[in-house]
Amino acid sequence: MSAMEKLNGKVWKFGDDISTDHIAPGRLFHLRTNLPEMAKHVLEDADPEFASKMSVGDFVVGARNFGLGSSREHAPRIIKLAGVSAVLAKSFARIFFRNAINVGLPVLECDTDQIDQGDELEVDLGAGVVKDVTKGIELTFTPLPPAMVKILTDGGLVDHYKKHGRIAVDDV
Amino acid sequence: MGLTLSEKILTKKNKGARAGEIVIVEVDVAAAQDGTGPLSIEQIEELGGKVANPAKTIFFIDHAAPSPRSELSNAHQTIRAFAAASGAQLSDINEGIIHQRLVESFVSPGDVVVGADSHTCMSGGLGAFATGMGSTDIAIAMVSGKTWMKIPETFRIVVGGEFQQGVGAKDLILYLIGKIGADGATYKALEFGGEAVLNMDLPDRLTIANMTVEAGAKAGLFPSDEKTRRFLASLGREADWQELRADPDAEYERVYEIDLSALEPMVAAPPTVDNTKTAAEAAGVELDQVFIGSCTNGRIEELRVAAKILRGREKHAGVRLIVTPASRQVYIQAAKEGLLEDLVEAGAIITGPGCGVCVGVHGGILGDGEVCLGTSNRNFQGRMGNPKAEVYLGSPATAAASALAGKIVDPREI
Ligand code: SF4
Repeated sequence: MSAMEKLNGKVWKFGDDISTDHIAPGRLFHLRTNLPEMAKHVLEDADPEFASKMSVGDFVVGARNFGLGSSREHAPRIIKLAGVSAVLAKSFARIFFRNAINVGLPVLECDTDQIDQGDELEVDLGAGVVKDVTKGIELTFTPLPPAMVKILTDGGLVDHYKKHGRIAVDDV
Repeated sequence: MGLTLSEKILTKKNKGARAGEIVIVEVDVAAAQDGTGPLSIEQIEELGGKVANPAKTIFFIDHAAPSPRSELSNAHQTIRAFAAASGAQLSDINEGIIHQRLVESFVSPGDVVVGADSHTCMSGGLGAFATGMGSTDIAIAMVSGKTWMKIPETFRIVVGGEFQQGVGAKDLILYLIGKIGADGATYKALEFGGEAVLNMDLPDRLTIANMTVEAGAKAGLFPSDEKTRRFLASLGREADWQELRADPDAEYERVYEIDLSALEPMVAAPPTVDNTKTAAEAAGVELDQVFIGSCTNGRIEELRVAAKILRGREKHAGVRLIVTPASRQVYIQAAKEGLLEDLVEAGAIITGPGCGVCVGVHGGILGDGEVCLGTSNRNFQGRMGNPKAEVYLGSPATAAASALAGKIVDPREI
């Protein structure tokens, strides 16, 4: 994705502590090698209707500690595969955050308390601004650390590695 | 200023770096399991299919072991074929759970360990810097032999006093997670010290390190000392031991003090691990299933505790009791000591060593509305295979005592 990209979509709001078990449950373990199929169940245990009702471009908006739990990278991958343009939350669990960047899913830390289910958002990744069009408010999100910006703009960690022939985040 | 354990280990080749700085570190051990490994392999293949250090690149087939479905059997084939082609190590379905296997055979004090599994932090009990990552990070670590990370700031946990009868390491870590919160240590390392930690045997250190990720931590570390040396010696690996401790003047972001003499048996109520109560407060919750096992609490010492409580008695008729030794070594030892017999006589079913029950992949999946008390490390909605069921977490003693009672009890009551 381009760092300057602008994203538009509707909000799907979730609460605190959305775990990777909510996003990609263990009972769907056999689908881990079939991610398009697993993506049809994304976030099923937090909202069984999410996958069928969301539209491509929509946002997943959580609250505290989004993505806690297992290291399964399938979680951010199926969120991305389902067509979600970014995940916004007040805070993220560490492994999920790193995985999301590695697979090219934008994760934005901002005060999501003011954002509600169904709101229309415009996100300007380059400017670091989230506009809640429904509410007519603007929020700023915490900029990513430069190392992660580099990985994200290179297209994820594998492309980063291919491009530089090494992990090249020590000079940012 | 002195160095924390994390700083010591992560700056072996980055002299002078300190907490907060980003470093590229050489990886001593890189691991993945059957849930995360296939995705790593896909990316390693994309990068040419070679691994930098085959002897210390290990794939564990444990989450679906033995495989309950053809899709998973096929994923296992992928792993076996890749291990054969790349020279990477394979720990197949009979060997046991990734983290137990890592400490038994692969990790040494002072190592940098990365694993495509969040509880990789368990190896920190041996005095390694061990952290969980996703499949892509692990693929790059396997291919390049390196990874990047920010050296974490450290919370020091100073533990004093002695465990009371019926109270143990699991109660301590549950108590601590309740105190810090499920995200209270995000990005931080937890480093354990104090007189009680120096007296603590390795199995207890491993239980504690295992669950540090449940407070959000990147790693949980213990010093490598005489206890560590003896543990490695018992595995025939004394040569892998080195002494390692934080400098006395290391800088900690925060210090917590815990007095074991005041600690009670704890449980974590659904749906988050920081939702802790004393076992006495949760007493009376009716159970359909009790699970004793997982990388947190499936070691021989923990099976001994459970067997001692269950020996000569019968589990409550209303509960299913499932016991999973953490590894083949543990299984053999439990058989030799007669523990398996004690447990089966008490009404338990013993599974092969693996993850299936803990992670809700197969074996022991809960029905709608059912309640389980497990010695595992997560109680999230859906964790044991059914989002309409509930999971409580407790110690092996609490689990065994509760299996007798058919409901949660304080193990000191039995
Ligand atoms: S026993 Fe449970 S927590 Fe441990 S590695 Fe297996 S699935 Fe993960």
